[in-house]
Amino acid sequence: MTETTETIKTSTGRVLRTEEMVVNMGPQHPSTHGVLRLEVVLDGEIVVDVIPHMGYLHRCFEKHCEHMTSYQQVVPYVDRMDYVASMTNEMAYAVAAEKLLKIEVPERVHYIRIIMSELQRIASHLIAIGTFGIDMGAFTPFLYYFRDRERILELFEMTCGARLLYNYIWIGGLSHDLPPGFIEKTREFITDFKKTLKEVNDLLNYNEIFIKRTANVGVLPKDLAINYACSGPMLRGSGVSWDLRRDDPYTLYDRFEWDVIVGKGEMGTVGDVWDRNMVRQREMWESLRIIEQALASLPEGDVQKAIPKRIRPVPGDAYGRVEGPRGELGFYIVAEDSVTPYRIKARAPAFVNLSVINEISKGAMLADLVAIIGSIDIVLGEVDR
Amino acid sequence: MGLLDQKFESSNVVITTMDDLLNWARLSSLWQMQFGLACCAIEMMAASASNFDMMRFGVIPRATPRQCDVMIVSGTVTLKMASRIKRLYDQMSEPRYVISMGSCSNCGGPYWEHGYHVLKGVDRVIPVDVYVPGCPPRPEALIEGLIKLQEKIRNESLVQKKAV
Amino acid sequence: MTAQEIHDILKAQFGDAVLEAKLENVPDPFAKVQADRILDIAAFVRGDERLQFDYLMCLSGVDYKGKLGVTYHLYSMVHRHKFVLKVEVPTDAPNVPSVESVWKTADWHEREAFDLYGLNFTGHPDLRRILLPYDWEGHPLRKDYQTPEYYNGMKVPY
Ligand code: SF4
Repeated sequence: MTETTETIKTSTGRVLRTEEMVVNMGPQHPSTHGVLRLEVVLDGEIVVDVIPHMGYLHRCFEKHCEHMTSYQQVVPYVDRMDYVASMTNEMAYAVAAEKLLKIEVPERVHYIRIIMSELQRIASHLIAIGTFGIDMGAFTPFLYYFRDRERILELFEMTCGARLLYNYIWIGGLSHDLPPGFIEKTREFITDFKKTLKEVNDLLNYNEIFIKRTANVGVLPKDLAINYACSGPMLRGSGVSWDLRRDDPYTLYDRFEWDVIVGKGEMGTVGDVWDRNMVRQREMWESLRIIEQALASLPEGDVQKAIPKRIRPVPGDAYGRVEGPRGELGFYIVAEDSVTPYRIKARAPAFVNLSVINEISKGAMLADLVAIIGSIDIVLGEVDR
Repeated sequence: MGLLDQKFESSNVVITTMDDLLNWARLSSLWQMQFGLACCAIEMMAASASNFDMMRFGVIPRATPRQCDVMIVSGTVTLKMASRIKRLYDQMSEPRYVISMGSCSNCGGPYWEHGYHVLKGVDRVIPVDVYVPGCPPRPEALIEGLIKLQEKIRNESLVQKKAV
Repeated sequence: MTAQEIHDILKAQFGDAVLEAKLENVPDPFAKVQADRILDIAAFVRGDERLQFDYLMCLSGVDYKGKLGVTYHLYSMVHRHKFVLKVEVPTDAPNVPSVESVWKTADWHEREAFDLYGLNFTGHPDLRRILLPYDWEGHPLRKDYQTPEYYNGMKVPY
């Protein structure tokens, strides 16, 4: 695709031409966050077009669901979809399946689920901001955040034995109750973590270089965001006050007091990369607030009481959605009269958010493209499934 | 040279075999390809971040295959990706080593049965030196795999093997 | 707005194009509509003052053995109500008008449904495979799909 885009005459009458060229970025590239491949059409350093190619991690999630011998068996595969936020994935699947099966779960289960998914949200945002910092040339926040992320993983590990892929939230309940000492350890973590949050906030987000690289870059206007069905920090960064935890409450989120963070365009335009990053940063404070409240009012109960022995739903379909760290994570389950799911479709937020990349990176510099990819916070396991 | 630094009064000669010298050099600076595939890559990242700090073994992530000695295949290899992995492997300069991290790249992992688009083991396209089992392997397990690889390198020899 | 009211508006506007509906005792109330009218209906429900479905949550292909289906999960950010539209087409002529011009997000969802189910979205600007390689044969999420023995010289089964 080499064609003349513009002709400029120099003072001596020579014709200078610029040509478009195609640069391939990925699937092995340090800042594509996985195996994404972008075909970038460039005019000099200016991005003319971005054509994403995915599927390098297509692991046939939906086919596997159709071969399981029970609805519960899908949970481990759900884990592996968005592997940096497994808990919220399980939560979404459980919410969708319970909607289909009309299961009421005990209050304690709801509370523990909320604690877990908020912890997971923090862990996921820590990776998102940490790696985004690396993309912008700041290595230190990554190390700080990974240190604290390890502590969240320790909490998960003491609860269910796994660091990354938990198989913890089952349909109707949980695989284990909270272990002794969990609440104290979580409280300790929250106290320590607040310090890190403050520190990194000063270190990274208000750093002059960082602001220069992110403000006014990759601006996503409100209407476009809704038309592309963006969600999560992507949508909130564009100034839309929209959070499923508040606007379409599932489990017991309506009991807690917290705020929905939206981008305000403090450093430039509303909906730029800085805003999106800052939404994530501030959301962690809100998650901490929710966890603190949930820990303070944790009810007693049996977490396995409502787990069905055998799941055989009435034929039908249901779509359940939750607010994952990346946005609206939904599962569409079609059931026939059988113990095997007939069809499960995952509405992956990263997949949908990524589809807007061509629109927001047109006219940006090639180096800004890295910032834009980082700010979308994709997880390829979820994009490709 | 920290061990021998400032220990002698005049310059000296150290006698060792060529094998030992080369192997020692190779195994203590295994530059790794910065390249993550799936869930295991997150554990690989954790292994090189604060708590586990893989860099103390001389494992430094490099972005281009031409500067790398070891490729850690961390995650599910799909059919679409397999040819790229082959090409990346070909671009690495010799001697090159491969660590296959996680059940997926060992044998297909949880996707072995119905994964129509999953390669059942990266060893079908490139040779593998060390397999690290687990789904995902803990960072400690990856470091263990690395130490196993170092052991393997330590026992390499330049001498041509004779048929027995 | 309740599902019943939404359905009534649709029925009044499109009459016979709205085939059947299940509005009560289901997790998500839905209406089945004629496949060839889906683009008109989509444009209507997005533009109409009372409905304003501006947010397409999800678009999924389904194989109903013998028929292929597409399910549209709609949401309105303005009125905060949901509705589900479903269409069905025969497997040997799986043509569904694309709604990409109404909701941009449908672009990739439709490409995915084409890739995995072989649904042909007419009027889609760029209908090519999205997840699988371009030279892949068949549509794997169909119920009668057979996994190939080899792909590009690589053995596929374990
Ligand atoms: S082995 Fe497990 S953790 Fe690793 S990539 Fe495969 S599924 Fe993910």
